[in-house]
Amino acid sequence: MTQCRRSPLLGFASGLAMLAALPAGAQDFITVASTTSTENSGLFEHLLPMFQAETGIEVRVVAQGTGQALETGRRGDVDVVFVHARAQEEQFVADGYGVQRFNVMYNDFVLVGPDNDPANVRAATDVSAAMAAIADASAFFASRGDDSGTHVAEMELWRAAKITPEGSWYLSTGSGMGATLNTASQVPAHALTDRGTWLSFENRGPLEIVFEGDDVLFNPYGIIAVNPEHHPHVKVGQAQVFIDWLVSEEGQAAIASYTVNGEQLFFPSAE
Amino acid sequence: MDGPFATALSLIASGDPALMQIISLSLRVTLTAVLIACVIGLPLGAALALARFIGRGALIVVFNALMGLPPVVAGLIVYLMLSRSGPFGSLGLLFTPSAMIIAQTLLILPIVVSLTRSVVEDLWVEYREQLHSLGAGRLRAVPTLLWDGRVSLLTGVLAGFGRASAEVGAVLIVGGNIAGHTRTMTTAITLETARGQLGLAVALGIILMTLTLSLNAAAWGAGQWARGRLG
Repeated sequence: MTQCRRSPLLGFASGLAMLAALPAGAQDFITVASTTSTENSGLFEHLLPMFQAETGIEVRVVAQGTGQALETGRRGDVDVVFVHARAQEEQFVADGYGVQRFNVMYNDFVLVGPDNDPANVRAATDVSAAMAAIADASAFFASRGDDSGTHVAEMELWRAAKITPEGSWYLSTGSGMGATLNTASQVPAHALTDRGTWLSFENRGPLEIVFEGDDVLFNPYGIIAVNPEHHPHVKVGQAQVFIDWLVSEEGQAAIASYTVNGEQLFFPSAE
Repeated sequence: MDGPFATALSLIASGDPALMQIISLSLRVTLTAVLIACVIGLPLGAALALARFIGRGALIVVFNALMGLPPVVAGLIVYLMLSRSGPFGSLGLLFTPSAMIIAQTLLILPIVVSLTRSVVEDLWVEYREQLHSLGAGRLRAVPTLLWDGRVSLLTGVLAGFGRASAEVGAVLIVGGNIAGHTRTMTTAITLETARGQLGLAVALGIILMTLTLSLNAAAWGAGQWARGRLG
């Protein structure tokens, strides 16, 4: 408590000095805005140590929904965005906020739901029929509702099925992938999730995959360096080293080698 | 499956470096924020108690109301200030521990200011005559009054520590929950919950509560000791 009684000016100055001293440490780092689905799947814990060992560059990942991640990039608060909503990514580059988009990898979306399949989703032949079955039965559906890549994909599926999802059966959680799956497993409700998060998710309760395999459910991830023309401070050189490594043979092999319970979560797709 | 208590114990026993790093960062951020809030808040609270100026009442009400500032709003304000597109963007503080300290200071400061004002105000009423007879004016009475109210003030500081160490909304927004860099106890709990690793999340919660409990026990013990020694 004695420190608390110093003069305000002295205290303020020492406080500022402390703040300035704190961020010291690794100077060779970049910050990447990515999605909750990649973070929750554990992919970064697998990839980043390999990349750092090779290049000495530390990668700091901030996990957000795709919409928020792109906004963070637009504000210049990160050096790289690594997300999955192709139309929005291309817009981001077209608007001049990103340098160039690179394909990195893909996985796919799956529909999960209660194992007793109350809406008879398993009988559906394509994903539009599956979504229609859920809506027709007014079976619970937990939506991300957060403008994430998964949420954008879900809204496209409803549009393709010519359904406006509304009613007491449609639960918009407004939260990340894992949090939405936690909600879905308790209700229990259906949910659209990327396969990576699903395979590494441990609180499944009665949920199982009830629909998968439609081409429409393809989920590509792209990576973009933030444009230094907008934000001169971005570390475009190191950002490009990271992107080049991810799309290199070695980086692609590292992505392919990430498995959870023996299942591969992401599939390399760099050209 | 092991219970969360067993998980918590084995986590601590194993001395997992990632966990130790998270604990030390959490403590460093929150204790620094408490310290800064004290340095600013104790004199400010005392000034509000003793000085008479226009707008004093409004200021008191504002600081009282700010005790209810939602952490997520504090986080958002700091985010907008520190973002590269914001007024202090060039400092490059967003997504660093410093940003988290600033956000938590914002949360603790109103508690320290309001409590200090209330304690000093009461003590001033009680000791005014005595201090006057010793020739001490309002300004010179401040250190004496703060020292006299130290036990009550400590409770307020602990409340501030509790608020900051328990919150997740602000540090998540301004820190970004970056592994090994800005991941604290609470943001780690949020992440493990999102991963469906509920046992691990509860284990981390138990560790956080144990830390908070120890700190409060130490503060209480110190208060008791001081009371006994000084009557």
